[in-house]
Amino acid sequence: MKGKKAPVLQVNDLVVAFSMYQRGFHKKNLEVIHALSLEVGAGEIVAVVGSSGSGKSILAHAVLNLLPKNAVCSGDILYKGESLDSKKCKQLFGREIAFIPQSIDYLDPLMKVGEQVQGVYGTKERQRELFEKYQLSQETENKYPFQLSGGMARRTLISGAMMHHPDLIIADEPTPGLDLDMAMETLKHFRDFADQGTAVLMITHDIDLALNVADRVAVFYAGTILEEAPTADFIAGKEAVRHPYSKALIDALPQNSFTPIAGTQPYAGNLPSGCLFADRCIYRDEKCVGEQKMRDVSGGKVRCAHAT
Amino acid sequence: MRKKKKFLLEFLRMLLLLFLVCLFAFILIAKSPIDPLVSYIGTNSTLSVEAKKQIAEYWGLNDPLPQRFLTWVVNLLHGDMGTSITYKKPVIQVIMERFSYSAILMLLAWLFSGIFGFIIGTICGIRQGGIFDRIVKFFCLTMKSAPTFWLGLMFLVIFAVKLGLFPIGMAVPMGKLASEITLADRIHHLILPVVTLTVANISEVVLYTRQRLIEIINSDFVLYARTRGENERQIITRHVLRNIALPAITLQFASFSELFGGMALAENVFAYPGIGTATTAAALNGDAPLLMGIALLSAIFVFSGNLIANLLYGVFDPRIREDEA
Repeated sequence: MKGKKAPVLQVNDLVVAFSMYQRGFHKKNLEVIHALSLEVGAGEIVAVVGSSGSGKSILAHAVLNLLPKNAVCSGDILYKGESLDSKKCKQLFGREIAFIPQSIDYLDPLMKVGEQVQGVYGTKERQRELFEKYQLSQETENKYPFQLSGGMARRTLISGAMMHHPDLIIADEPTPGLDLDMAMETLKHFRDFADQGTAVLMITHDIDLALNVADRVAVFYAGTILEEAPTADFIAGKEAVRHPYSKALIDALPQNSFTPIAGTQPYAGNLPSGCLFADRCIYRDEKCVGEQKMRDVSGGKVRCAHAT
Repeated sequence: MRKKKKFLLEFLRMLLLLFLVCLFAFILIAKSPIDPLVSYIGTNSTLSVEAKKQIAEYWGLNDPLPQRFLTWVVNLLHGDMGTSITYKKPVIQVIMERFSYSAILMLLAWLFSGIFGFIIGTICGIRQGGIFDRIVKFFCLTMKSAPTFWLGLMFLVIFAVKLGLFPIGMAVPMGKLASEITLADRIHHLILPVVTLTVANISEVVLYTRQRLIEIINSDFVLYARTRGENERQIITRHVLRNIALPAITLQFASFSELFGGMALAENVFAYPGIGTATTAAALNGDAPLLMGIALLSAIFVFSGNLIANLLYGVFDPRIREDEA
């Protein structure tokens, strides 16, 4: 099924910058996402994994035209082959495109959750059906967001997304605050959506959980994707992945050697001109100077001159 | 059950507060250069020294301060607040008469500033940065900084003196028999004071509503509502108004103290016969009983506003309601 049809979501060379004032009235553009390309096909889950502060949420917001006014965006975002501008978004939001936000803070604190799950297009019948499916009791619909537990909140947000059988779901950090069982259950719901033909873009910092359900994994670092590969490669271990950062990620998992690498992710205002990972990389040499283009390497894509 | 307990606690707090207000007011008046005897008989009195001593003794002016306060409290509990020197009537009667004038003035100004302030603030917030918003913001900040009495004088100069649209003061036309005074006369006299007090109080509501609205519009839950396909109008009516109206209403109740203070100033400018002018008259005449009565009244008034604000929060906001249930 993968990649054969026109992808549901296609992002080409996305660049996002924020214009901000520095010292007085000096305006500066801070580029937080650089030359990012990504595809999500129907029936597929693509997990974008990256550490906190790498700009993952901005990617979700950029795709959905939700960035604040001081953000400058370039590149193409295509939905089923058509440009996804804010007008198009408004037509599709709540019906074909669903967003599952990070936390309960995304629900109106003064509105009962049943009403919020229904939204403006939904019906009470459908909401009750979904609550039953996600094991939310009937009384839940009359509760306010602050009365929900973390797991209930997560299932409430998922119910909201499923109101209209969307073709594209973008989930921003769907698992934090959930225990392992609950997180696995949430991910299982995502797998179910995908198996029904929905394209799912899942943004998470939890690579371990992502490996359980995703079809492909994209490793996000300092505002761009360093490697994109089938999930099987990541499960196979560090020999199967292409980028040194991906290898380091796998090494850092608790069930592997649990070893961190030195250094920190570079700040968006102070990025190296060449490979973004160069200063932490053990393979660094003269090839790492200059922009690293995404290249196809043995069934995956990678931004590294050394990858084979 | 806990709600009852909370209410009882608030009530006890109010009693304590009133007691303290009375105590401090009493001490302040007793320690001030006001001599109740002189205030009563006048400075040019021909009364003999002996007679003066007798009156002072009869009034208990020679008793120690705690005892004098106690006498006042005991009388108060029997419904006797003394006699006003200025108006030669029982304090209770003066306050009742005067407060009915002030109450209508404050009620109207309170309603208008609340309703119009909320509407204007909402429009400003929605059109943040637009021409209307900028003008209103400038106007509000100016009005917030301007003293009420100056505002009143400006209105008098423009609308009463220059344009002659309204009378320059009082609550009813001068030189007219009480039986001839119509409701229209009263309303005509009420307009300028009400407008002054409304304008003096509106800034806070406008600026607060505007700020809250901008915060809400940029909140995560409005962002989410957008991704659920809600348009701007649905976002405003479904989420924004609900989230800003409740705090705005409570703020309106909590601003009773400013309302009372503004009322006192506005009444003096317009020579409007309410509590505000009575306060000034009592202070100028050394009318200790009336001053005490007004201090008590203002404390009750302000405390009621705060109490209502507190209770309303619980009624409106499910998060606070839950804590009390």
